[in-house]
Amino acid sequence: MVNGKKLVVSASPHLRSTQTTTRIMLDVILSLIPALIAAIFIFGPRVIPVTAVSISSAVLAEYVSRKVMKRHQTIGDLSAVVTGLILALNLPVSIPYWIAAIGSIVAIVVVKQFFGGIGQNFANPAITARIVLLLSFGPQMGNWVTPLSWKTAVTTSATPLAVGYGNAGAPSLTDMLLGLRGGCLGETCAVALILGGVYLIARKVISPAIPLTYIGTVALIMLIAGKGDLGFVAYQIMGGGLLLGAFFMATDYSTCPIKVRGKIIFGIGCGIITSLIRLFASMTEAVSFAILLMNLLVPFIDRATIPKPFGTPKKEKKAKEAAEK
Amino acid sequence: MVKTHMAGVLSAVKKVRGGVKVHHHKNTAESEVVRMPAPAKVVIPMQQHIGAPCEPVVKVGDTVAVGQLIGDTDKFVSAPIHSSVSGVVTAIGDIKMPNGILSKAVTIESDGEMRLWEGIEPPHVETKEDLIKAVRASGLVGLGGAGFPTHIKLNFPADKNIDTLVVNAAECEPFITVDYRECIENSWDILSGVYLLKDLLGFKQVIIAVEDNKPEAFKVLKSIADHSLDKHDEVKLMVLESKYPQGAEKMMVQSATGRRVPPGKLPADVGCVVMNVASVAFIARYLKTGKPLVSRSLTVDGSAIAEPKNVRVPVGTSISEIIDFCGGFSKDPCKILTGGPMMGLAIVGTDLPVLKQNNAILAFAHDDAVLKPESDCIRCGRCATACPMSLMPTNIVRAAKTKDVSMLKTAGVNVCMECGSCAFACPAGKPLVQHMRLAKAILREEGNK
Repeated sequence: MVNGKKLVVSASPHLRSTQTTTRIMLDVILSLIPALIAAIFIFGPRVIPVTAVSISSAVLAEYVSRKVMKRHQTIGDLSAVVTGLILALNLPVSIPYWIAAIGSIVAIVVVKQFFGGIGQNFANPAITARIVLLLSFGPQMGNWVTPLSWKTAVTTSATPLAVGYGNAGAPSLTDMLLGLRGGCLGETCAVALILGGVYLIARKVISPAIPLTYIGTVALIMLIAGKGDLGFVAYQIMGGGLLLGAFFMATDYSTCPIKVRGKIIFGIGCGIITSLIRLFASMTEAVSFAILLMNLLVPFIDRATIPKPFGTPKKEKKAKEAAEK
Repeated sequence: MVKTHMAGVLSAVKKVRGGVKVHHHKNTAESEVVRMPAPAKVVIPMQQHIGAPCEPVVKVGDTVAVGQLIGDTDKFVSAPIHSSVSGVVTAIGDIKMPNGILSKAVTIESDGEMRLWEGIEPPHVETKEDLIKAVRASGLVGLGGAGFPTHIKLNFPADKNIDTLVVNAAECEPFITVDYRECIENSWDILSGVYLLKDLLGFKQVIIAVEDNKPEAFKVLKSIADHSLDKHDEVKLMVLESKYPQGAEKMMVQSATGRRVPPGKLPADVGCVVMNVASVAFIARYLKTGKPLVSRSLTVDGSAIAEPKNVRVPVGTSISEIIDFCGGFSKDPCKILTGGPMMGLAIVGTDLPVLKQNNAILAFAHDDAVLKPESDCIRCGRCATACPMSLMPTNIVRAAKTKDVSMLKTAGVNVCMECGSCAFACPAGKPLVQHMRLAKAILREEGNK
């Protein structure tokens, strides 16, 4: 008590960083703006309502499910906005609005809130929702619009990975860098995605470990598979959803390992599975399945990469392990 | 910033892991320590150290003088307590300490004269044993904040092979500048303390650690390392990156020697003794004057303090009087701390006395006292990255919630030094240090079963 007023008494530390969950999520949103703007140029104004529907249904789903479960409201942390935005970037621009809305609801309600909300989900909501939509609405999810065709008459085209490197109709590497190719609305513009990824790393929102190991592993395997053809490697890196997945979805805090060593294992795992699916499987969507599969392994990776407390002697470590056996 | 490529300067062996960048707030760095006039009354607790409390050796009505013994015990881990003013003992009774524990305390009404006790004389010190006896008699405890009796620390058995003294002038807690002022104002004491301890205790090397944001202190300490007393170049300066908590004991030992203190062990187990720079200077002064530890320097700062400054106050002075001496409150205080903002203790009122180991009084107005609201953990891992002890705070919190004792043990929660880096870094505003303390309490309970 000082001057009749009670003092605040709390556990140390009495200083806190200015970083908050909301600020982190805002950074993720900002980092995706270049990709969103690129999408509008490439696939036309319909990008805007698709994104708006996806985000608003995600936020609404979060609001309602927290309300129904009688839990404190969490829409203010912007994580639902991030989920809605990332899901939108994973949809073809021609997607019916109601399908986008279903995707968001699946992501938020089933994948995120059923498991306890932010930080508790074991799989990436946007990726799982995308896979659910793929399996449920195959034709609509595979209806790829030709870039820039919105200016004249909308036509459809195949994605680069479906066409195949070097085949007739394959986009040039410059086009792929700029995003002038068929695909989900946010996955095509490599320049915008890399820009956003660099922003996240510079802001220390994500560690570079996962994007580097993920993309690096794919690059290495493709270099071998392509017998040293660098064009093929670049085609693989910029094709499909690799950049979007590696920078923005594989790095989701809830569903990736905590320690850097774990992140490296996770990134390499994602890279190997992506490459195997692309090279040997008949299906597309290598990145989504790779990340989802690795999400399931995160608890094991985390357990295997727990650091020993400071100063733990090496001998004792071994003796302990032996004793446990 | 200071240059580190110089003879006699050891740049930190390797960057210590973890830690956080905290704003330094060293507002009082240029404020010379001013001596506060004798307070009308001091309340001197018998527990101002880690270990057994002292028993009063004076009675109500006794006349005492500055430096006179008023509390002692024959228990091993303890430090005697001396009167910090001259006057009359008016009460002996229990008071509630900042940490909520009751302690016996001696209240002395000051006669304002600050008369020195006639029994004070410089001790005669020639051997290690003499030194330890003298340090015990001086009542010295670690002045950096922990309050561990110094004579216990220095009384290491010969078979421990102690070869290194690390002198901690890092002062990595924000706001606090008393160690820095000690370097600037009492450099001669530090110098004689360093060589005296080195010679009497037989250290092979002395490493003085300072953070790279204190160039003036660096200059002074450099001249100590370069002093002609250092014939064999055994006293070196170590410059640390100014990152919290580089000044923590285990961090310090690792930076200075590359040795890691194992869990549950002390620096002595890896051949090191770590001492706060003000403690080193105090020993030199004590050997010269024989005046025990009865006053100490404090940084008084924070957004609610009218005139932040460094003051030297008699031990037992009430915190409210010290704040009044610093112009009182400029704004309504909302939180008051003893110690730094990272590890300091929030107190419930200002009628508490200053203890030997207090190094700061910080008072914050509402905006700086209210922390960001707590939200759900997002598993971002910032706590684990920040932990200098390689712990996983998220795992410990989970294990503590379910009272999973074996998990808590493997997670190494007892290695946690409660530096607060994890909670500082947490974007969800989790009170992680509180969780760590809870987890430790669970282990203690388990151990008592």
